[in-house]
Amino acid sequence: MSAHASSPEITFQPDHSGGTKKIWKTFWLLSALTIVELILGLLIYNIHKGENPNHTLVLAFKGMVCILTLAKAYYIVSIFMHLGDEVRNLIMTIIVPLSLFIWFIAAFLWDGDSWKNLRNRYNRTEVKIENVAPAAKEHGAKD
Amino acid sequence: MSTAAVQQGTKWWTGGKSPFNASYGKVMMWYFLMSDAFTFGAFLISYGTIRFSVNDWADPNHVFNSFPFAGHANLPLAFVSLMTFILIASSVTMVLAVHEGHNMNRKGVEKYMILTIIGGIAFLSCQAWEWTHLLTGEHVALLNDGTLSILPTTVKANPWGPALSHEAVAAALQNTPQTQLAAIAASLHHGTEVHNVAAMSNAELIKFIESADLHASQTGPIAFGGYFFGITGFHGFHVFSGVIINIVMYIKTKLGHFDQRGHYEMIEKAGLYWHFVDLVWVFVFLCFYLI
Repeated sequence: MSAHASSPEITFQPDHSGGTKKIWKTFWLLSALTIVELILGLLIYNIHKGENPNHTLVLAFKGMVCILTLAKAYYIVSIFMHLGDEVRNLIMTIIVPLSLFIWFIAAFLWDGDSWKNLRNRYNRTEVKIENVAPAAKEHGAKD
Repeated sequence: MSTAAVQQGTKWWTGGKSPFNASYGKVMMWYFLMSDAFTFGAFLISYGTIRFSVNDWADPNHVFNSFPFAGHANLPLAFVSLMTFILIASSVTMVLAVHEGHNMNRKGVEKYMILTIIGGIAFLSCQAWEWTHLLTGEHVALLNDGTLSILPTTVKANPWGPALSHEAVAAALQNTPQTQLAAIAASLHHGTEVHNVAAMSNAELIKFIESADLHASQTGPIAFGGYFFGITGFHGFHVFSGVIINIVMYIKTKLGHFDQRGHYEMIEKAGLYWHFVDLVWVFVFLCFYLI
């Protein structure tokens, strides 16, 4: 086991003698999660195709897909990248800074939504674009 | 599990041992990947902000619905699922290569590195096809001047706005000059009938186009192409550099460098990078194709 110690300061090596069973288990798990994501994606597509899309349902499905993606990310990082086998200190120096993303995502999407509301309230160009087609029809009728 | 091998209450910071129990190179690879995660995160969050700030965004099931050699068949999510599975499979072969490296099995490392490289090249080929398909696509969209025109999907053109009604299409056709009408008519009947569209009058062309039941839409937010090509391009560049790194690792394995060194840690570090590329794709897949 210590045959591949790369430095005398590294005092213990993770146990890799377990074989490839765990790797294949993770592969099937990732595949299954991806297939569930695809099924949810196709459900969203079919809801959008309908006459009156149920927006709450679409949002719920999208939320589920996001959670499944986070699960996939966890398995890739923890099993494939072996972060789960590292010392806790190292895990924390990676995970804690990345937790800033929670606020980044919330703040920026919030900002985007605010922009949309401000534009819809004060900016008339959106309305003008929607009116192009009927205006063109009148023009055509005169010809 | 393995952490049980570490003695309880080990004083990591008293000197004489690596506090993270990992080599300098591996720790720095982790920090590089963390900084790269922030770069990708910034791109994806910027995309999300713009997408939240407009009323309509291109429906991914509408934009990405084609498959090589399937003609105009409507196959939402099919091709991108293939790409996703290619990348997951190449991630597994990579982790198997790392595993063989732990066992000091050179032949095993070589075999799995070759498979990983093939997976990476297959993914890049798929992306090349997808980009070509979008950049050369022909979609009829209503321009701001009230005419209909053929648009591809590029960083400057986005034909994926809301669909136009039949009345709106008919009205816009009346405003469209002959050259644009001829181009639309030519795009509608690829190969089936050869018409001399350049010589047809406006009225003839409009009759021809309407008989073909033209589907047209408004143009969408221009940012769509920039974000799509920018982020998938940045990811594709990571895949490309990953393939290069893996090829270098394969050659070094073949030359026996790691056997001489006594460990296969370089394979582990290349593996970390390759899994990170897969990890980013999981999020790109989510943000561009699924939601």
